Amino acid sequence: MNIQKPVPTIYGNWQEKFSAQWSAVIQDLKTGFAEAIEEVLLPESHPVDIPTAFVAKNRAHDLLKQLKEAHGFSFLTDYTASDEGEEKRFHLIIHLMSPQTKARMRLKIRLGENETMSTLIPLWEGANWAEREIFDMFGIRFEGHPDLRRILMDVRWEGHPLRKDYPLRGYQVFLTPEPIDPELFK
Amino acid sequence: MNHENSKNFRADVPLDIARWGLPSTYDVSLKRDSDDIFEDSKVLVNIGPTHPAMHGAFRCMAKLNGEVIEKSLCEFGYTHRAKEKLGENRTYHQFVVYTDRLNYCSALANNVAYAMSVERLMGIEVPERAIWIRMMCAELARVIDHLICIGINAVDLGAFSYFLYGYHQRERAYTLIEKLCGARLTTSYTRIGGLMADAPEGWEREVKEWVKETRDVIEEMDRLLTENRIWLKRTKGVAVFGKEDCLKYSYSGPNARAAGVDIDLRRDQPCMFYNQVEFDVPVAQTGDVFDRYYVRIEEIRQSLNILTQCADRIKKGPIWAEDKRTRIPEKERVFNTMEGLIHHFKFFMTGFDVPAGEAYTPFEAANGELGFYIISKGGPSAHRMRIRSPSFWHYQGLDPMIQGEYIADLVAALGSINVIAGELDR
Repeated sequence: MNIQKPVPTIYGNWQEKFSAQWSAVIQDLKTGFAEAIEEVLLPESHPVDIPTAFVAKNRAHDLLKQLKEAHGFSFLTDYTASDEGEEKRFHLIIHLMSPQTKARMRLKIRLGENETMSTLIPLWEGANWAEREIFDMFGIRFEGHPDLRRILMDVRWEGHPLRKDYPLRGYQVFLTPEPIDPELFK
Repeated sequence: MNHENSKNFRADVPLDIARWGLPSTYDVSLKRDSDDIFEDSKVLVNIGPTHPAMHGAFRCMAKLNGEVIEKSLCEFGYTHRAKEKLGENRTYHQFVVYTDRLNYCSALANNVAYAMSVERLMGIEVPERAIWIRMMCAELARVIDHLICIGINAVDLGAFSYFLYGYHQRERAYTLIEKLCGARLTTSYTRIGGLMADAPEGWEREVKEWVKETRDVIEEMDRLLTENRIWLKRTKGVAVFGKEDCLKYSYSGPNARAAGVDIDLRRDQPCMFYNQVEFDVPVAQTGDVFDRYYVRIEEIRQSLNILTQCADRIKKGPIWAEDKRTRIPEKERVFNTMEGLIHHFKFFMTGFDVPAGEAYTPFEAANGELGFYIISKGGPSAHRMRIRSPSFWHYQGLDPMIQGEYIADLVAALGSINVIAGELDR
């Protein structure tokens, strides 16, 4: 597999362009957050397109703040999760982009079955709905989130669809509409 | 509002306040509408999910103070079709048809982005002709998407005939797309490692003719609406979403460029042959409805330029990558040889394996950054198929955008950010 060397005509050669910036950022993170960085997957040695850092949950906030303010990764491209079925079941996946250089980074946070994560809204307000979607689809709860409701499914829905053990077929029928909670407007 | 001749006219207070009948404790620093008889009466207004101005099934509950929106709650999910779950349970080939239904105003661009992301994961290089055709598809999709966005935005604000100019060209573009792949709306044109079919003879020439016509139409549309006084009053300074807000809420594409965020992935991270064509990236500064409208008009012009350049440079050649894994066997071989039939059967029933790895592939779609994040663990279907749709992030910014605006401007704001329900709900 040659994802390590993306075909230039299909896609711009990211590794050539950004490897200097990536290694500088990773070096800085490794010195500043030595205990927080669990693992770093690099495009040279792993089948990933951009550097992927596994980060400890408790230091994730500080590390993201450092990335955002000191390294210019101030654009939250994507915030999602995946169900890996390992001992630490979920991975929270954060994609960042630097609006200046357009370099991208990926951070992952391992979470156990009932573990919670603190919300990223103080850093990016746009994380609000992304976190609601993760809660809806994976059942991961976010501490400090102001409005952690389901976002795509009905509020009365049971189960979290993107978990790997969620059935592919089945019905949950609601015959009455659920009026919006007036408390939300207070 | 109290009329001038009404009883509670008081001579001891200045005229304007007396006319409005305001209490003496009235705080003049508050911006208030003197004509609004429902001032301070809180009303909940439910707009959608099937309101004609909502452009799809989503809903906005607005808490009004008089006519001004104090707070709004946006709800969606009415067209949720579990695309990400389907992506984990369908083969990579089968998922192509689901990508059409993301942003159905520009289905071709979604096809292109998806095919590119899987090819990147597999390390497949598509031949030159296929890339040029894909670029033309993406730009054609961008033009028709912008035409519908600005057209519908104008319809919502009362300029109906303007919409028809754009819609006529859009129909012509659909005819071109139909010649390409046989379908008008849900195209499913790309395949992993190639295209469904080659472009017919002379298709580029027809596109060039269409481009020429559309250029004239865009000039006409520009003259018709852009400097119209009513249009300017309804759009200038309305629903401003500045640069800081755009970065906070991860805005991308024309909505961000309207606020001065100078990012265009076609220029800054060129994929395909975007580094070989010339185009400008229009950027506005304020980020109001007018800027979002005008950035789109300019972008249509630039896309038309790109289309002409592509049509000039496209050459004859193969459209399939020389890769046995993804190449769909020729029908002649399928019907006449046993090996071909087995190949065909295996391809469509079990699919091809994609090596383990993960890649996030962004593409500048018409609405902004459309990204496919695929985690593969080997095997014929993805472990995680994440679709980063621009509308999801744009719709989230609607609430801060319309706070303090009039309820009528909600329609203008929503039309201008071009939220597409299919892409929003996935």
